[in-house]
Amino acid sequence: MAATTQFRTCPTTGLKIDLAAQSLIKANAVAAVVFLAIGGLFGLSIALTRWPEIHLLPVDWFYMALTAHGLDVLLCWIIFFEVAVLYFASAVLLNCRLAAPRTAWVAFVLMVVGAALTNVTVLQGESSVMFTSYTPLRAAPNFYLGLIIFAVGALVACGNFFGTLVIAKEERTYEGSVPLVTFGALTAAIIAVFTLASGAVILIPTWLWSLGYINHIDPVMYKLVWWAMGHSSQQINVSAHVAVWYAVAAILLGAKPLSEKASRLAFLLYIFFLQLASAHHLLVEPGISSEWKIFNTSYAMYLAVLGSMIHALTVPGTIEAAQRKLGFNKGMFEWLRKAPWGNPAFSGVFLSLVMFGFLGGISGVVLGTEQINLIMHNTLYVPGHFHATVVTGTTLTFMAVTYLILPLILQRDVMFPRMAQWQPYVFGLGAAGISLFMMGAGTLGVPRRHWDVTFADSPFGFEFPSAAFMMLALNGLSAILAATGGLMYVVNVVASVFFGKKTADKPMKVAVPVSTSGQPAAVGAYGSAGSLNIPGTITLVTIFFVSFVLYYYVNWKYLAEVWPLR
Amino acid sequence: MSEGGTPGTRQTSGGPEKERIPFWQRVCDNHFLLLFIGVTMPTVLYILWGVMELVGIPVAPQ
Ligand code: HEM
Ligand SMILES: [Cu+2]
Repeated sequence: MAATTQFRTCPTTGLKIDLAAQSLIKANAVAAVVFLAIGGLFGLSIALTRWPEIHLLPVDWFYMALTAHGLDVLLCWIIFFEVAVLYFASAVLLNCRLAAPRTAWVAFVLMVVGAALTNVTVLQGESSVMFTSYTPLRAAPNFYLGLIIFAVGALVACGNFFGTLVIAKEERTYEGSVPLVTFGALTAAIIAVFTLASGAVILIPTWLWSLGYINHIDPVMYKLVWWAMGHSSQQINVSAHVAVWYAVAAILLGAKPLSEKASRLAFLLYIFFLQLASAHHLLVEPGISSEWKIFNTSYAMYLAVLGSMIHALTVPGTIEAAQRKLGFNKGMFEWLRKAPWGNPAFSGVFLSLVMFGFLGGISGVVLGTEQINLIMHNTLYVPGHFHATVVTGTTLTFMAVTYLILPLILQRDVMFPRMAQWQPYVFGLGAAGISLFMMGAGTLGVPRRHWDVTFADSPFGFEFPSAAFMMLALNGLSAILAATGGLMYVVNVVASVFFGKKTADKPMKVAVPVSTSGQPAAVGAYGSAGSLNIPGTITLVTIFFVSFVLYYYVNWKYLAEVWPLR
Repeated sequence: MSEGGTPGTRQTSGGPEKERIPFWQRVCDNHFLLLFIGVTMPTVLYILWGVMELVGIPVAPQ
């Protein structure tokens, strides 16, 4: 088998690339981008509907678009892209052949068929149950069937990742431990196995129920198991995008992790504890004890948050150490000022790092705390929070790394480099806007998943403060900006993949070229930077902590005002 | 194990003596152990414990 595998050598990193893995990365990445385009349009349309002055879609379309949006972006875009990341982190980074390319193609076809089936079913209009599909809301059977097929495909892809790790170990294609980026991808794959298995456990009976073979699905039981999938899948994203942060820093700047030990410990904490946080989705459910809620969300989640705190220090620290080594050593922040801000891979990653931490991380801890969750439960604050994590975090990171995948793996020059330069800023600003303004509206009490908060023809009116309407309008404007940034990405990627110039077999310009350093590329190697001189990062992280603590306590204060003790 | 040596030890490039690999590094290098832990922890603490609580809720009288 191994003899028939064809490789090429990457001129930039010196890594051996299995051509079959290369085609699979391409197929999965392209499918991802197509679903992002579709899902993004739905996102724009719902944001414009929630802007009361525009109120774009009629009510039934709104819920259909909301369902399709959640599915296409959260499941399809992200999971297709993650499969590409898994193949990259196993076959490419370990200089190995992919375990079973044929099966990987079967996985791809299953995912495409499943995603298409669910999309078509949603657009037929009888399945506007939103992507959470809480029972007793009942979608058409093919809605669930499509999701099941998609999940099976993704599970097969994970199997291929693990198979490749085994082969790499047996054929000794790497020395010692796997590189950090692969370890991060491993974390994502492990969480994915639990996620997809939980999905199957809950969606198969629900499918049978919708076909009429089972007559009752308990709603709380459904929620419990469904969120083992729904929330854990977000943790796949976090693990995968943190791995990509390390990868981009390593490829562009030759950055080695500050401390392999600390970063691996952080991923290990994810593997052990991150998935338990699924319980925050059941914080207001009756019938479940506070012990279960508080153990899973507070005690366990804080250990996982500790993992994120470590990454929050080590990722920028890794970048700072690398930049200082390159000579940007003046003062506290020369390393940051003179970073490659014109390179969309870098700017996208750095923006995403900052916004994921400040907007997504802080709001996530607030929402995950049983007591203060109650102030914001089921308001627009919730989508505000997760657009910060999954859009400014994961999506922006995946967009950024695409600008490296195009030349390095797909061997195509980026067709419109100037558009690429601007893209992370336009999208990042728009995405930060939708996150912040949805959080703002939520703080003022505006519910999520609501078609008309003016209550125009409702017998029981309610008046939100006018500031809430302003938030919704600003959210609409930000949505237009984010959609523009999204379009700039989609057009550039599709044009480059299909019509872009083939890269000549020349190395890409990076800070530490392997040809002169005589060492293996940092992205595929084991080893720490060996420097802890990172005053800039320490300052940034201190600012982060102070904001975090202040905001956390402001919310407790706010809670105290909701229920005054007199 | 495919390494040939006894589990948990690795040949150093320098000489014949074995270098002891730290415990946590051995855990991190054992990908299937991690897979097992990563699936078991949430299955027990989140799903099974949660299901037990739900099953314990008394059914309302008809
Ligand atoms: C142009 C970019 C985007 C815009 C303008 C946008 C806007 C919105 C809006 C307005 C909502 C509805 C909030 C509500 O009424 O409850 C929403 C929901 C949602 N969005 Fe986005 N979004 C965008 C991109 C994304 C991306 C990239 C992801 C995931 C990777 C995502 C994931 C979700 C999810 C999971 C929901 C919840 C759906 C539900 O409640 O069932 N969005 N988005
Ligand atoms: Cu969650």
